[in-house]
Amino acid sequence: MRRILISLSSGTLFGAGLAVSGMLDPVRVRGFLDLFGRFDPTLAFVMGGAMLPMAIAWIATRGMTSPFADEKFYLPDTRQLTPSLIGGSALFGIGWALAGLCPGPGIASLATRPREAGLFVVAMLAGFALAVLVARKPDQPSAPLSGETA
Amino acid sequence: MMPEYAMPLQGLVGGLLIGVAAAIMLLGNGRIAGVSGLAARAVGLSPGGPPRSLAWAFVIGLPLGALTVQALAGPVVSRFPMSGTVIILAGLIVGFGTRLGSGCTSGHGVCGMSRLSRRSIIATLTFIASGVITVAIVNAIGGGW
Repeated sequence: MRRILISLSSGTLFGAGLAVSGMLDPVRVRGFLDLFGRFDPTLAFVMGGAMLPMAIAWIATRGMTSPFADEKFYLPDTRQLTPSLIGGSALFGIGWALAGLCPGPGIASLATRPREAGLFVVAMLAGFALAVLVARKPDQPSAPLSGETA
Repeated sequence: MMPEYAMPLQGLVGGLLIGVAAAIMLLGNGRIAGVSGLAARAVGLSPGGPPRSLAWAFVIGLPLGALTVQALAGPVVSRFPMSGTVIILAGLIVGFGTRLGSGCTSGHGVCGMSRLSRRSIIATLTFIASGVITVAIVNAIGGGW
């Protein structure tokens, strides 16, 4: 129960941060990528602001043997630069630019624009399913997809 | 040069909230607050990751947080001028790409980059670069908004 409350408060604070920072506005997000047009630097401040507490948190983990509510840290340990990483990220960038939405704001916007955000989220879930199917190709017996991101 | 429509202060404050949120997930549950991974896990489309209840709790929190801000501070600007077709196409590509690339703006951008993960830094530079190119192309063919 404690872990669920931690997850819920993390997600809620995350969604609040997206709303406060203007990231639920696809026009603004797209503006960050419109480098040669009507450039909007706001997203860079969001990224910078978010990385500061996280950098401190990463340093704090060095002195911890386990997180507060679990037995161990579950962190990605892959170090290889794979074609999937690069290709998947390049594709993601295209989708992000087309609608000005990435997964976090897409889901959080269900609160502000349920119709459009709902359409985006359902399509995104279909994209997740497609990725599972591709990972199951017979020539790739071990799925490259893991639950951990980063 | 800061355009008058930019919101550096709100961006910074909202960003700090996002960073604290991700730090709570890391220090509390020992997990990365990566939205694409957690969303896929919640709906059973990811083999690894936390118990699905944890993934659901985080995902449900996202719109709850937005609702809370709306309740406290009034309507949140959320302009969606693109067509339904574009939304569906973008959603499909975002879903597929983030799973193939093992993360999105939150997992790679916020959590991975602050950890100085080489994979995350490369991933983030890649999706920003492909996003910039995509917007430039869309603008050039007259589809900008």
